[in-house]
Amino acid sequence: MKLSLHVWRQANSNEAGRMDQITATDITEDMSFLEMLDKVNEDLICEGKEPIAFDHDCREGICGMCSLMINGVAHGPESGTTTCQLHMRSFRDGDAIYIEPWRSRAFPVIRDLMVDRSSFDRVMQAGGYISVNTGNAQDANALPIKKADADAAFDAAACIGCGACVASCPNGSAMLFVAAKVNHLGRLPQGQPERSERVKKMVDAMDAEGFGACSNHYECEAVCPKDIPADTIARMNRDHLKASLCD
Amino acid sequence: MKLDSKIPGGPIQNKWTEHRFNMKLVNPANKRKFRVIVVGSGLAGGAAAATLGELGYNVDCFCFQDSARRAHSIAAQGGINAAKNYPNDGDSIWRLFYDTVKGGDYRAREANVYRLAEISSNIIDTCVAQGVPFAREYGGLLDNRSFGGAQVSRTFYARGQTGQQLLIGAYQALSRQVSKGSVTMHTRTELQEIVVVDGHARGIITRNLVTGKLTRHAADAVLLCTGGYGNVFYLSTNAMGSNVTAAVKAWKKGAGFANPCYTQIHPTCIPVSSEHQSKLTLMSESLRYDGRVWVPKKKGDTRAPNVIPEDERDYYLERRYPSFGNLVPRDVASRAAKERCDAGYGVGSTGLAVYLDFSDAIDRLGEDAVRARYGNLFHMYEKITAENPYKVPMKIFPAVHYTMGGLWVDYELQTTVPGLFALGECNFSDHGANRLGASALMQGLADGYFVAPYTVGHYLAQHGSMGASGKVTTDHPAFAESENALRDRIDRLMNINGSQSVESFHKRLGKIMWDECGMARDKSGLRGAIEDIQALQKEFWSDVCVPGSKDGCNPELDKAGRVADFLEFGELMCRDALMREESCGGHFRKEHQTEDGEARRDDDNYAFAGVWEYQGDGDGDEPSLHKENLEFEHVKLTTRSYK
Repeated sequence: MKLSLHVWRQANSNEAGRMDQITATDITEDMSFLEMLDKVNEDLICEGKEPIAFDHDCREGICGMCSLMINGVAHGPESGTTTCQLHMRSFRDGDAIYIEPWRSRAFPVIRDLMVDRSSFDRVMQAGGYISVNTGNAQDANALPIKKADADAAFDAAACIGCGACVASCPNGSAMLFVAAKVNHLGRLPQGQPERSERVKKMVDAMDAEGFGACSNHYECEAVCPKDIPADTIARMNRDHLKASLCD
Repeated sequence: MKLDSKIPGGPIQNKWTEHRFNMKLVNPANKRKFRVIVVGSGLAGGAAAATLGELGYNVDCFCFQDSARRAHSIAAQGGINAAKNYPNDGDSIWRLFYDTVKGGDYRAREANVYRLAEISSNIIDTCVAQGVPFAREYGGLLDNRSFGGAQVSRTFYARGQTGQQLLIGAYQALSRQVSKGSVTMHTRTELQEIVVVDGHARGIITRNLVTGKLTRHAADAVLLCTGGYGNVFYLSTNAMGSNVTAAVKAWKKGAGFANPCYTQIHPTCIPVSSEHQSKLTLMSESLRYDGRVWVPKKKGDTRAPNVIPEDERDYYLERRYPSFGNLVPRDVASRAAKERCDAGYGVGSTGLAVYLDFSDAIDRLGEDAVRARYGNLFHMYEKITAENPYKVPMKIFPAVHYTMGGLWVDYELQTTVPGLFALGECNFSDHGANRLGASALMQGLADGYFVAPYTVGHYLAQHGSMGASGKVTTDHPAFAESENALRDRIDRLMNINGSQSVESFHKRLGKIMWDECGMARDKSGLRGAIEDIQALQKEFWSDVCVPGSKDGCNPELDKAGRVADFLEFGELMCRDALMREESCGGHFRKEHQTEDGEARRDDDNYAFAGVWEYQGDGDGDEPSLHKENLEFEHVKLTTRSYK
């Protein structure tokens, strides 16, 4: 395959970026999207040019490090798939592919396609945990949990923190990310003592980081590589309302 | 180098309890006067940093990823063992201990493994309290499943994402400490040097991967929780950034490196499809419970698998190991696949694959039941290969997965450099020559939550620089010396301006390692590999091309440093494999096998941990070998047989 890539290049967070056209040659169908970029980078290095910087690590869809807007869609055309699991058989010879970094004020560009997602860490630090010290636990089976609740908590806990929800939201909202954690812990009995405080603190932190509000576009749900549904947000809103009224 | 394992006396059941009592404590008011560095934020590092923070120490935690939550522990699929005996099937601490020592082919230290089994139950309790959503039964209690090398169901799991859920648990605990100010996180920051003052580890030098800035960090103790070195093979199931740099730096500062040749090749991975492949993907070991492994009986049979009749298929694991069949441990299953492929019976375009067939299970249980058990794995397989495993057998091949070798540590997880600790996969301690499934998560969390928090305190109470000698600060000449050495190395890398990419060197190293130090090794191959690696290393330092600048974000420079260390380390692995004239666990020497191709151990001469001491970089400098003899008082050494 031969592809015409249009790639966002930006030296660092202070300088202006631009789209560069780069031709990718000798691409095969069984390459992953990131292996295609590896190949392009090897060719750029051979030509004495600087390779394209992008974030990636596990390359099996679980660490949440990879990103990329591919033809305007977070993680590309396949649903329920991270960029690292996207394969070139989803594209055709001669295709033009537009590759951009996550787009959000709360995720500044570091270089080329790499962005700074430390805002997510700070939202988590605001309350995305159960306050228990190591060594304080009772026997694990002393606390039975309804299977349905445990499964629902797991569905929310599947979030990999990649930020696709933010990147594809017209408002740059992090509601799906925050709601996933609020629901994970809020569905479990261990999470009840801090349930109200947690949702308030995390939502406040989210606002302080400059993420936008939710206005029900559901773009987040459409691109989430772990298929976390948008009704997770509705549940968080209910928790938040309840917590605010009970103050 | 003196190897004092510090194994406490007394009955094995009481060793840890008594040792905890005998260890010195740090007064709560004094804890905040100590600074502890934790490198790595996976299960071992994240757990240790959070717990030390809870105890009141000042902790600085470093990771090269953009968040602590991305560490590669996250990719573990199958589960975590614990001797809870919830299913009432006869499990006990003693049985978990015994299985783990046996599974490690009798090359682990008994006292450490016993402690691991003892702590295993506390880990599950802690994780549940943190909100880790383990799989549950309809009655609301925790579910268990069985895993390779065990005849009881002791594995706790969270679908196929157990590592992710446990890591998020540790990350949440860590986030809580960050909010309290007891832990400072340094993301996108990589360790480049370890600073030793008067024989004690007193700090590190890091490089910021965004700005390129080098920074000195002083501390009273340094914990390395930096994972394994599987990426020395280039292709492995490790994350792209996983590296051996911290361990190599520690080795060069005097820490002994134990058993580097012990590597685990996992039998069920998706085969390599092209030369552009960057990593290999694991298909969980759990698949072998319902899948049957086979190859055609006829050499070079290119027919589609579904048209090959039953009597022309060789279910070689069932044939060779009738009692364990498809459930033999990982090392045995991997070697058997290699044997068939080497003999010309492999399938797929490369001939380097075997079938893992679910058609019997689908006939027996129905497609829906198989989907309920393995749906996410089948989905992942189809995404990568574009083949539907419900209709066509999966093609699988062994791949490098885990490394049992690591920095040598004593019972307190301290390396031979006082004040320098190694936790999790980074150390060598608990898995011997072969790790059983669902034991890596257990060890990482045991070290981080329940061992290091005590033993580091014990060290600080005795040697922490709170007393008369005063604190070591970053102004100490040892910091300047390490930083200057680092600057020189970076300049050297940037100024070679050669013609070959970093990646191409890494690939060539990987090929040498896989061919000569992979699933089967022999004397002449290893000798050749050592020469080849030395030559490749020379070529690297004269012809590598690192584009860009050292000031700022430069992923190629990050990679160049890591590959330089892999080159050095690959040679050490081959030396260790050459020294060990026996076959045990993941280490298979072709010269040492039985007539029917099984591993032959030599307990009389090799029941020791081989510990290598760095002796310099000059021509003719060779690392020296030290031995820690392994005493087996409780587990009887037998030949592992799965026939």
